[in-house]
Amino acid sequence: MNELANFLSTAIRLATPTLLAGLGIVFSERAGIVNIGTEGLMLIGALSGVMGSLLTGNVWLGALIAIIVTVAFAAVFAFFTVIIKADQTVIGTGMNLLASGLTITVNRAVFGANTSPPKIDTFRTTPIPLLSKIPYLGEIFFRHPVPIYLAFLLVPIAQFMMFRSNTGLKVRSVGENPKACDTVGINVTRTRFLAILYSGVMAGFAGAFVSMGQLSFFTEGMIAGGGFIALAAVVFGNYTPLGVMIASLVFGASNALMFRLQALSTGIPSQFPLMIPYIITIFSLCLVSRKSNKPAGSAIPYIKE
Amino acid sequence: MASILEMKHITKRFGPVVANKDVSFSVEEGEVHALLGENGAGKSTLMNILFGLYEQTSGDIYYRGEPLNVRSPRDAIDRGIGMVHQHFMLIPAHSAIENVVLGYGGNKEVLDLKAAAKRFSEMADRYHMNIDPWEKVGKMSVGQQQRLEILKALYRDVDTLILDEPTAVLTPQEVEGLFDVIRQLIAEGKTVIFISHKLPEIMAICDRCTVLRQGEVAAAGLEVKSIKNLNELAHLMVGREVELVTAKTPSEPGEVILDVEDLNYINEKGIHVLKDVSFQVRAGEIVGVCGVDGNGQSELVKCLTGLLAPASGRVELLGKDVTHESAKNILDAGVGHIPEDRHKMGMVGAMNLRENIAMVDNYKEPYSTKGFMHWRWIDKHSRELVQKFSVKTPSIMEKAINLSGGNQQKMVVGRELSRETHLLIAVHPSRGLDIGATKYIQSQIVEARDRGAAVLMVSTELDEILEIPDRVLVIYGGRILACLEQAACSRNRLGLLMAGITEDDEEQPA
Repeated sequence: MNELANFLSTAIRLATPTLLAGLGIVFSERAGIVNIGTEGLMLIGALSGVMGSLLTGNVWLGALIAIIVTVAFAAVFAFFTVIIKADQTVIGTGMNLLASGLTITVNRAVFGANTSPPKIDTFRTTPIPLLSKIPYLGEIFFRHPVPIYLAFLLVPIAQFMMFRSNTGLKVRSVGENPKACDTVGINVTRTRFLAILYSGVMAGFAGAFVSMGQLSFFTEGMIAGGGFIALAAVVFGNYTPLGVMIASLVFGASNALMFRLQALSTGIPSQFPLMIPYIITIFSLCLVSRKSNKPAGSAIPYIKE
Repeated sequence: MASILEMKHITKRFGPVVANKDVSFSVEEGEVHALLGENGAGKSTLMNILFGLYEQTSGDIYYRGEPLNVRSPRDAIDRGIGMVHQHFMLIPAHSAIENVVLGYGGNKEVLDLKAAAKRFSEMADRYHMNIDPWEKVGKMSVGQQQRLEILKALYRDVDTLILDEPTAVLTPQEVEGLFDVIRQLIAEGKTVIFISHKLPEIMAICDRCTVLRQGEVAAAGLEVKSIKNLNELAHLMVGREVELVTAKTPSEPGEVILDVEDLNYINEKGIHVLKDVSFQVRAGEIVGVCGVDGNGQSELVKCLTGLLAPASGRVELLGKDVTHESAKNILDAGVGHIPEDRHKMGMVGAMNLRENIAMVDNYKEPYSTKGFMHWRWIDKHSRELVQKFSVKTPSIMEKAINLSGGNQQKMVVGRELSRETHLLIAVHPSRGLDIGATKYIQSQIVEARDRGAAVLMVSTELDEILEIPDRVLVIYGGRILACLEQAACSRNRLGLLMAGITEDDEEQPA
């Protein structure tokens, strides 16, 4: 039982970066933007968070700096895809390559190539009084760093925003039929731009959580596909915040399983559990594709006549 | 009555193209004012300027005596101008009520859809429209979607409503319903601008009429009552005399060319789209398939041309079973296909005219030998074809996308008719074309018949169906509901059949 509680707690912890980034992407996806540059944005968030924390001595200020820097890069993506109307895949790939090179360069310039990382303020475990004392449940749910609580609290808020608010309706509509939005006076460009910036906020925070919540330093290429996993979680979660949460937990659990298998030396290569998120996504796409909420205008730039 | 809208000396250029040239347009409060013109005459452009989707190059607009400066549709809506576009501006994935409140100025951040639905349903009742606010738009019929569009505009308290080609997708009965709504709007003191190129409708519902021709005003504010006959109006619209009826002799059907037996088709969603469809087309006759869009005609043609595989049944061409042949083999067996959407299926826009003309028979003589193209012969053939079918183009090296819709269609029709075909399948051959091009293409189809080809023509335009075919099949819900000789067709009878009402139903009213 203790083993299980430990496993589930790890699953939640590992699910959080996917969930944070996914809650951002789900809005930009609904607005008709496929941002495969999320991987790069998270990488930028991870590095700038560490630098910010080192600079200010406070992990939250570090996270704030991570968000600001990431949003700036998201704005570059938004500028090219929404204003210049360039192909989203090309720009997103460009962002990933840029982020990969840039973070390596800046990291080496600031921290040196082979020195041990400096000590920085990180997200520490904050048990919730009383609740964390509940047997098993306390360990699973209530002994985590604050960003994990925030991520899960954000799910119902995001769900409400998407389906019950005016903003959510606009976001969902510009992804489905931007021209129809134009004819009722909605500014498609602004809506899409802002949706990308918001996904940048979440990607930046997700990146900062990876480098300062799961670890306490930046390593080159540390996101290691986390941005793509978040994109997959949005698709698997059928473009709803609630679905993203479930997908993140499934992916988090498969990651936790990988660590278990590594520790147990069962002989099963640890790469296999790593494949699980992708295999699940492919299978679920085959099964649910007909009922998919994928927006009709996905990845198509809106060009006004 | 005072004029509610004055558009003065509006000019709109798209690059070198002048879409509206010094157009002045004046509408009085409480009237139905028709904006008449052929496709490409600049009607929609003018209305899109009024509605804030385009900005005029020069000219002024006054609404209720005050200057109207619209930067976006929001401004137009705020001033009380609503528009129902030809291609509906609805989001199929959303519910009706979500579509209605989308972008509505009075929305709070937390949406109260229940209250909105209540207000919406009250309005719908007032106009005798039956629409469930919670139904997904994707599941609604075209007629329902149009009513939803009208309600969407009325929800915003507009007092001038622009209807862009509103009858293009409706059955005659639905058109009557639309006219009733228009009459009610007028009775409530609203103003309607009715864009159309269909003359009888304008005579039926409009008070006054402004005619646009090639971007210029050909006639302004004509009293419809003073118009003596349709030819007068047609002349204004086209700028020359047009024969409104295509000349045609009685048909002399020969041997059976196409024999379709118990054809069934089930689509990927498991919906039974075609149900036991059987019919024949003989040499030297034109068989029309008429029905509202989406009743299976598109699937029927695709089954006949090898683009879809039927679930059961037989298709015989000249006595040979071609049910599961590939599209290429079917075309090869002597079938010409003018597809429903020339942009998606009939041509490749980015390729030039001669390449498009060579596209179908490219692999055989005289187009090519063992994979080597005979461009010299193709050029000669293309030039002949362009001349014979009066395709207006600077040269055969022009990209197809740069031609007007009518000329693109002439190219496709020309290509298919110049092939040696026993069977011509023409789907919406005149869709989106002006009167001149329509009449030309129709006469070419009749000529193909007279040459001895069998013709299957699918159309949603009743005028076309009443005029061109020798026999008419009415398709409804994937079934052939009736097969009528042309003489037995009337607008009313076809209209009822298109709505799925057979004579048995009429005798026993539900």
